[in-house]
Amino acid sequence: MLDRAPQETQQTGETRPVAFRGGGFTPRAGRASGWIALALVIAFWQLAGSAGWVNALFLPSPSAIVVAIYKLALSGALWQHLSWSIMRIGSGWVLGTIAGVIVGFAIGLSTLARGVGITFISALFPIPKIALLPLLILWLGIGEEPKIATIALGVFFSTAISVYSGVDAVPRNLIRMAQSFNVPFHAIVRRVIWPGALPSILAGFRITASVALLLVVSAEMIGAQYGIGAFVLQAGNLMQTDQLLAGVVILSLFGLAVGRLINWLETRLLHWR
Amino acid sequence: MDLIANHISHRFGTLDVLDKVSFQVASGEVVAIVGPSGCGKSTLLSILGGLLRPSAGQAELRGAPPANSLNPLTFVFQDFALLPWCTVAENVEFPLAHTSLSVAERRAVIDDALRRTGLSDFRGAYPKQLSGGMRQRVGIARALAVRPAILLMDEPLSALDSQTRELLMEDFIRLLADGAMGAVYVTHNLEEAVRLADRIVVLSRRPGRVREVVTIPMTRDERGGIDARGKLLGLQNELWALIREEAIDAEREVQHA
Repeated sequence: MLDRAPQETQQTGETRPVAFRGGGFTPRAGRASGWIALALVIAFWQLAGSAGWVNALFLPSPSAIVVAIYKLALSGALWQHLSWSIMRIGSGWVLGTIAGVIVGFAIGLSTLARGVGITFISALFPIPKIALLPLLILWLGIGEEPKIATIALGVFFSTAISVYSGVDAVPRNLIRMAQSFNVPFHAIVRRVIWPGALPSILAGFRITASVALLLVVSAEMIGAQYGIGAFVLQAGNLMQTDQLLAGVVILSLFGLAVGRLINWLETRLLHWR
Repeated sequence: MDLIANHISHRFGTLDVLDKVSFQVASGEVVAIVGPSGCGKSTLLSILGGLLRPSAGQAELRGAPPANSLNPLTFVFQDFALLPWCTVAENVEFPLAHTSLSVAERRAVIDDALRRTGLSDFRGAYPKQLSGGMRQRVGIARALAVRPAILLMDEPLSALDSQTRELLMEDFIRLLADGAMGAVYVTHNLEEAVRLADRIVVLSRRPGRVREVVTIPMTRDERGGIDARGKLLGLQNELWALIREEAIDAEREVQHA
């Protein structure tokens, strides 16, 4: 039998509340404040343009940029430039990613591949890949190949690094668990290591997408007739700053769209986190 | 099938962890391994289960495993080792995927393992949605699914709070009651050891040697009774007296390291 204590009785004497001291250090991402700030900056920029505070040649107003995009879209030039860029990014990114995933897994799983691979990657990763474009033009000729190869190289190194870091980060206890049930090697790779490395691989995609965008613009500025990079460069040479900024806005929207796509992939594939 | 530790020694670098440890686990027997922190209990279990190669000596089996056993030596891990991207049912199914079971047989095995661990209503849940106790139940269901001859349990309750520990302890006693499965139960908790085990191997501090093998002088049925509590507590105190001095030394050593 439990011997129950009597209920607490009210004691006499002054009471005061315990001072609260646990506030702060929990910033929240407020969507609304971000959009309002962006709208305010654009409004101020438009006002500065309309009121003639800044020279339209140096900084065209937002409305002029929207008009320029509209005209580009209407004339078909926007799609022409964009499709070339997307083709280059797409093929370069896919090639670099496939090679990077294969090499990254090899480094993550094999002692020999690790020794060789990490040495090469450490030596070659710091090279700005755009510096190799002239050499790649010599090797592959003037055409799409050197541009695609430049992007693929840039994507390859970041992907390989994020893949083998991801493989390294797979908890060893899960691998030991699988081994303790005699699960064969290929099944451990497919059902334990691949999903365990996926968060890091997808985080790598975010980086390689921006690397690819950077390299496509640089490569197109060096030698291309079509493509957003080439378009921005031409517009600059002709002092068509509204067109130039239209190109920049399109690049930014493209980057945002890719980011959204990766977010979507993450929510689909990493829902278990 | 008997499991035999035959003069197992192990060292990590210059650190001697185990020194010529020998004992046997007979078919259907539950043997607890206790000892001060760092005496190599978990290392010993890894060696017994074939996950770690000992520096000297070896783990051996005698006799054939039960015909229907898919994985005679099966681990239950301290940290559960569940695949976070798999549901409860998928985690239990994981060790069956590469076996020769048909889809229907596999489903029956999974259903049975989930039912025995009280997880039938949670088959679609992900590990992150479960409490620690339920996660370990998934670990146990996964182990039961492969019909082990001997369960190798590495401090399976030490990551759990005391109430959950008590509930799972009752589950273990129930699962091991019929003697169909043996177990090696590594723990630092002497109460768990005396309640569950038929015999207790007491290891010395590092390098771990077998200091004593204590037989529990009661049948499993007797241990369930109210009267047994006092007797088990007495045993637990005797074990503690054996280990206490070394536990103090082991703790000091860790602090100085």
